[in-house]
Amino acid sequence: MHPWNAPFRVPGSLVHTRPGPPSQDWCSDCCGAGVAADAEMTTRMAASNMELHALSTGREPRVATVTRILRQMLFRYQGHVAASLIVGGVDPTGPQLYGLHPHGSYSRLPFMAQGSGQDAALAVLEDRFQPNMTLEAAQGLLVEAITAGILGDLGSGGSVDACVITAMGAKLLRTLSSPIEPMKRLGHYRVAPGTTAVLTQTVQPLKLELLEETVQAMDVE
Amino acid sequence: MNARGLGSQLKDSIPVTELSASGPFDHHDLLRKGFSCVKNELLPSHALELSEKNFQLNQDKMNFSTLRNIQGLFAPLKLQMEFKAAQQVQRLPFLSSSNLSLDILRGNDETIGFEDILNDPSQSELMGEPHLMVEYKLGLL
Repeated sequence: MHPWNAPFRVPGSLVHTRPGPPSQDWCSDCCGAGVAADAEMTTRMAASNMELHALSTGREPRVATVTRILRQMLFRYQGHVAASLIVGGVDPTGPQLYGLHPHGSYSRLPFMAQGSGQDAALAVLEDRFQPNMTLEAAQGLLVEAITAGILGDLGSGGSVDACVITAMGAKLLRTLSSPIEPMKRLGHYRVAPGTTAVLTQTVQPLKLELLEETVQAMDVE
Repeated sequence: MNARGLGSQLKDSIPVTELSASGPFDHHDLLRKGFSCVKNELLPSHALELSEKNFQLNQDKMNFSTLRNIQGLFAPLKLQMEFKAAQQVQRLPFLSSSNLSLDILRGNDETIGFEDILNDPSQSELMGEPHLMVEYKLGLL
């Protein structure tokens, strides 16, 4: 389970974190929580479908289209595809952010968090979010919110990645911060070979008899 | 499972292949189908089994009735005629057909779903017995 955060409405751009590389170069991105495999396959299929849709319509895809495709798929499977997703992007109608739930419902909000760490992240976001923040302030708030999720929730862990989406494209910032230092071991736990002394050694050979031998010729023409 | 709703969850049909005259234990593929059990024949084994089995049919019904309300009776009739014509373009029974024209009619050439990624019939490792299948199709068997 990865904690991730949602874009904030910075003028003309969106910032959110992502567990992996963006699935496409479009000006929209999608990250997920829930059953990890479900979320992963769902986002990859949505990316492929959006690519095909853009090729057939000849236009840039819109964030609402991605959301609708995902919603229809999630509703069809009645929540058994346990993927909660956040879709964010910039399209001709402006920057948008949609949060999708496994049963197919969605909500459009200025900031969002999903997954097991969502309570901690939302607490930070609701406290300090302002509309029309600058990019630096938004990134700082994002790192704080995700860190709250990492430190406070067992199911979230690791580091904070961010993805800044503007009308020009998406840029992934890997490992903005790694809030927890890896634990240092207290002693040296490797043992040299020969540390344990061999006291006695007994070798018992197994006597095997050949009982039957069959030869089957292969029919090669 | 809601006990009151069991009647509504009955499958549409009991597969006849399990009830063969040569005995209840022959012709049952234990490795692939598991132990034979009457409950498995009557009740769906997953909550989504019935809805997924009939998904394409229900979508078609919905779309055709919408089309009939908007454009009149002839529009769905013409489309269904085209579907029927496209469904008849098939390869020999033991080979998998691409169904290209049917896909184009349905709009599946512009979408990717689970049926394209998982269990692709063109990549199946098994093939039916060719002679028997063709004889069955021609009615000679």
